[in-house]
Amino acid sequence: MTDLLNSPVWRDLFVNSADQIPWYAEFVRSLLRFVIALAGGLGSVPILVWLERRLLGFWQGRLGPNRVGPFGLLQPLADALKLMMKEDITPTNVDKTLYYLAPAIALVPVICSLTVLPWNSSSDWGAVAPHLNVGILFLLAVASIEVYGVILAGWSSNNKYSLLGGLRASSQVISYELGMGLSIIAVLLMTGTLAMQELVHSQTIVTNVPIPDSNYSVWTQSVSAGFWNWNIFKLFPFGLVAAVVYMISMIAETNRAPFDLPEAETELVAGFHTEYTSFKFAMFFMGEYANMMIVSAICVTLFLGGYTAPWGILGQLPASWTFFPSSVLNFVNHVVIAPAWLFIKLYTLISFFILVRASQPRLRYDMLMHFGWKVLLPTALANVVLVATSMALQQLFGAVGHFIAVGIAGCLATIVLWVAYLHWKARKSGDEASRLPIRRESVVRAIAARMPVED
Amino acid sequence: MTLQALLSGQGLMFLFFAVAAIASGILVVILQNPLRAALSLVINLFSVAGLYLSLNAYFLATVQVIVYAGAIMVLFLFVIMLLNMGQANLNTSYRGVRTIIAFSSAIGFGGLMSAVALKGQPNVMLPADAMVTGSSAGSVEGIGKVLYNPNLPWLFAFEWTSFLLLVAVIGAVVLAGKRQQPSEDKA
Repeated sequence: MTDLLNSPVWRDLFVNSADQIPWYAEFVRSLLRFVIALAGGLGSVPILVWLERRLLGFWQGRLGPNRVGPFGLLQPLADALKLMMKEDITPTNVDKTLYYLAPAIALVPVICSLTVLPWNSSSDWGAVAPHLNVGILFLLAVASIEVYGVILAGWSSNNKYSLLGGLRASSQVISYELGMGLSIIAVLLMTGTLAMQELVHSQTIVTNVPIPDSNYSVWTQSVSAGFWNWNIFKLFPFGLVAAVVYMISMIAETNRAPFDLPEAETELVAGFHTEYTSFKFAMFFMGEYANMMIVSAICVTLFLGGYTAPWGILGQLPASWTFFPSSVLNFVNHVVIAPAWLFIKLYTLISFFILVRASQPRLRYDMLMHFGWKVLLPTALANVVLVATSMALQQLFGAVGHFIAVGIAGCLATIVLWVAYLHWKARKSGDEASRLPIRRESVVRAIAARMPVED
Repeated sequence: MTLQALLSGQGLMFLFFAVAAIASGILVVILQNPLRAALSLVINLFSVAGLYLSLNAYFLATVQVIVYAGAIMVLFLFVIMLLNMGQANLNTSYRGVRTIIAFSSAIGFGGLMSAVALKGQPNVMLPADAMVTGSSAGSVEGIGKVLYNPNLPWLFAFEWTSFLLLVAVIGAVVLAGKRQQPSEDKA
């Protein structure tokens, strides 16, 4: 055993730092990191499906799947088997190339975005591509091309309902990407970095462990600094506002209830995937759930401290446990506990989104657009300006500067809420015509157009 | 560019993306179906982003994908789908004018290419450790420090461009708002 651990091949593959290893070791490492990310990402899909169905059942006062395996745990397996066994129908008049391409385009970007997600602080093993210094921009880029799968599916199916679903998806994603991007900008202002690893480091206590005989002179190791240092609580309440805007946009981005207009079954049958069967449908299904996991993981990384524990003590085994060799302690701390915290935060967040789905009715389409452009976008924009103001004032006046910025924010919010209240009051006290101006007028016009003129 | 430079990792990447960019660019023009043409344009934009990557310009590459492939082309597809444009909708008038424009731009492009080919082989590849004002050249810091430096000429152009965009945004709002004016008057 010790022979193997000290053999040069083993050291090249797993121990030595990245600038001292031959190219095949680097290749094997990249492959391994990718396999880890794939197993974590796509392997979560069945767990998520099971969790969603059980929780929905619980919140809606029914049982949910509980027949296949203990607690219905094997249900996703049975579902997948069923989907694969079903007849694969290709409708007659579809655009074949794009019809076959669409599910793949829906799934591939999701897998790509797994590459920059950090799961522990190791500079070599912490993510598939730990050194990409524009990580969050890469994620935004990948997220912005995910919608092509939905658009292409809707267009190539040669079905009016599918087309409407695709149209809705494209306009919805474009609208909510703005709020999402602006909330991320607020975080970037606070942390001053675009790299995913450094975004996590900025919310933690960082210790630099020197690495002997290497150009990478230090290994940046992050330990939890407590949950009050997370970005969601930074520059309170601006970090919180950014987090809330991000979470709302992320539900809209993943087309989930209450924003699941592209697949609203009461209006569009099944929306963009109406014509898809069997495994092609399964790919859309998998893409949607994997996407949900990715955006939640980004949220955890940006706002909730990534893979670190909420409390320093919870993040590592006590150093006094000297009956374990230090390598074992290190291994457990970085390979078991750090990813475990990532998953705990991830599934808590996802459970929250399932609760939102279980409790909120679907929005009407004009309400969705109204909310995205007239509420979410101005809020996010004002938040970015206020974060910048607070940081500038803090440079001038120290901590007092932040309170001045909060005061400005409070005044702004009061004015906006007051104007909104006046509007609401005016509409409530006004007659029917002022409450529903457009609808009533259009109804009158429609009736007038159909009625024969009497005299 | 010598053959040896082309066969390095960076060179192979360049070859791949260059061929993809040219092929998809030709497809944009050739394809009859507007949606497929737009998709070829998406592939073209991706290939150009890949070319930026091979020049170590990570920021430019990601922004290219976010802005062009992610936002503008989605809007293109949205409009194409909204109008449900088929092949029959292609405008076939002005054929003579179009031929003249096509020929003149072909000649211009050919001239440009031959000028580049004749003038020599400029080494456009940026080494990975190139530095600009103290930070690595393709990074966000590098671009930001060059763009916002008042001693360099780019600041004015940058601010002027953003002002132009603001004018365009306000213009769009005014144009879109005008249409609703009469119906409100009637009510």
